[in-house]
Formats: sequence, C-alpha cells, structure tokens
Amino acid sequence: MKESTIMKIHYGTALASVGLVAVHILMRLTTGFADSLEYENVIANYRSVPYVIMLELILILLSVHGFNGLRVIMLELKQGRVYEKAVSYGCVVAMIGLIGYGSRTIIITNMGMV
Amino acid sequence: MAQVSSIPEEQASLPLSASKSILLRISKFNPEYDKSSKFMEFTITYKKWTTVLEAILDVKKHFDHSVAVRYSCRQASCGSCGMLINGKPRLACFTKISELDSDVVTVEPMNNFPIIRDLTVRFEKLFESHQKIKPYLIRNDTELESDEREFLQSPKELEQYIQFANCIKCGLCNSACPTMATDSSFVGPQALAQAYRYVADSRDKGKDTRLNIVDDSHGIWRCHFAGSCSQVCPKGVDPAMGIQFLRGYLLGFRS
Repeated sequence: MKESTIMKIHYGTALASVGLVAVHILMRLTTGFADSLEYENVIANYRSVPYVIMLELILILLSVHGFNGLRVIMLELKQGRVYEKAVSYGCVVAMIGLIGYGSRTIIITNMGMV
Repeated sequence: MAQVSSIPEEQASLPLSASKSILLRISKFNPEYDKSSKFMEFTITYKKWTTVLEAILDVKKHFDHSVAVRYSCRQASCGSCGMLINGKPRLACFTKISELDSDVVTVEPMNNFPIIRDLTVRFEKLFESHQKIKPYLIRNDTELESDEREFLQSPKELEQYIQFANCIKCGLCNSACPTMATDSSFVGPQALAQAYRYVADSRDKGKDTRLNIVDDSHGIWRCHFAGSCSQVCPKGVDPAMGIQFLRGYLLGFRS
C-alpha cells in the first residue's frame, strides 16, 4: 500500500475517533461518570446494539491509528530492510489480534455470555 | 542614499577600525584516529565585518594549518562552508562574528552528516537524495522543437516556485532537521523542497513521477513540521512550506 494511502487512513481514523470517543464520553456523563462504570451499567451498555456498534468502530479506528503510529515511530527509530518488514507486518498482526480480542469481548458480552 | 545615512549609525555603535577579540573554539575530529571530538581554542581579533570563515582561515594561517574546512565563494553562493556556529547551522562566510553577540564562538561540523575531518562533512547522501527527486524539467518536447519558442511562464506561475530555486544545496536544512537525526533513510527537507520546486513549475510535466518518489515510507510523510529547516536557510527558502504544499498534492487538496 502506498504511504499516502496509509497516511490518509491514519488522519481519517484520527478524526473519526475524536468524534466517536466524544460521543462515548458524553454518554458516560448522562448517568454520572462513577455510576456509568458500575458493573450492571457497563453490561447494559453492551446489550445495546447501536452502542456496541459504536464501541466496535472505536476499537477498529483506534487500533488502526495506534498501530500505524507505532509503526511510524519504530521506522524512524531504526532502519533496515528486515527490521522495517518485521515492524510493518508485526504491527498489522498485532492490530488484527487486538481487534479480534476486543471484538470477541464485545460479542460475547452482547450475547449475554458473561 | 539610504546606505549613506546608515553608515554613521554603524560607526556610532562600533568604530570601523576597532578590533575586539573572541575565543574561537574549533571542533577537531578525525574519524580514522579519534574516538571523540575535542575543541582547540584560539583567541582571534576581529572587526565589525569579520566573518566566522575569515576567523577560521586566520587560525589556519597563523596557528594551526591542519584545521579542515571546506569553502569556496565566500559570498553565500556555493554552499560549501555550512557548519554549526554556536550550536546553530549557518554558513561561515555569511555569519559575522559581531552579529553573534558572544565572546566565545564555537564551530562544529554539521549534524546529520558523516564527518570527513574537523569541520568538513560528506555530502554524498544530500546529493543522492537531490538527484533522486529528478531535479530538472521533465517534458516530452523541448524548446528547440516545433517553432523553436521558449516555454512561456507568467509572473504568477514563476512566483509559485521561485524562492525554492534559490537553494544552494548547503545542507543546513538537513543538518537542522530533527527527523534526519534519527531516520538515516529520510529523504530530507532539501530534496523535498526541490521536489516541490519542480512540481510547482508550470513548465514541468513530471509531477506524478516526483510525487511517487517522495511518497515513500521514508519520504515526505516522515516530516514532523518542526520548521527548523526554514529557520536556518541562508537563502530564504522555506522547505517546511514546500513540504506542506507537496503533501497537499498527495492528499488531493492541490492539483
């Protein structure tokens, strides 16, 4: 993938994350911040399909943005063909792993398996 | 007339004939023999117009002829005498000691370049990056073809790139760049500014080729926009601005 395409995704995910995380924080404030973190309220949030979709989107957006940021930092720290390939593929694998693990948590909680 | 009226003012601050002295600290380092650099100190007298290069040449002439320094034109045209002067990348021939406002002047080789010896550094990487972005007009036709007319350009079209054409390839911008300090593969502000110089030239048809070259994992996107490149340029080129304009092309904001 061209670096400009990657960076467009990087900037896009950053902007979208800011919007969605703002909605997420505002929803925490509707019930009071401390109350919103009570076990029952957290589980109740996971049962709401629109909210779960938003959480999944935040997970994907932040994972893509964060791991690309990490890739960029690591490429600037050290150079070398093997190292750069390892960093790039490593970040993609870690990103997929994190999204997979997070999605699993969201899905099983939404389905009432917790 | 303005010049004539400014002379008495200068004389009032420092008489033209007055000499002062400074401590000139010159970094000495030979990578073949030395493990680290050390500073040699010389007391040099100077006048209001004495440049740092003249002071270094004075040291070579009277104290230590082994000081390695690269220079040529002595008028900020050739870009040979770039070095760190009191920690800032500057041209030695373009920096007057009197304007440094310090009793101690420390000169070191530029950062982000391999040192040959003392104050001289290798420019291979700079020239390699410069060549990589194809620093010439790319066209299928020439001015000599058809009816032998030059490629016309309006003053407005010229304005788009003219300041970038002032680059003398002295390497000061690359020396000041924080990204170049850690990313040895980074193409650098000099080459990126030159890429913009040709992309913005209305006579050039190689925009896509150049944008492809700089659109690399160690290309234009690694610039953090610190702006130090623009701050140190002795010719008034603003590489940071050129880089942002180039990004505009790649992001689709400019065409």
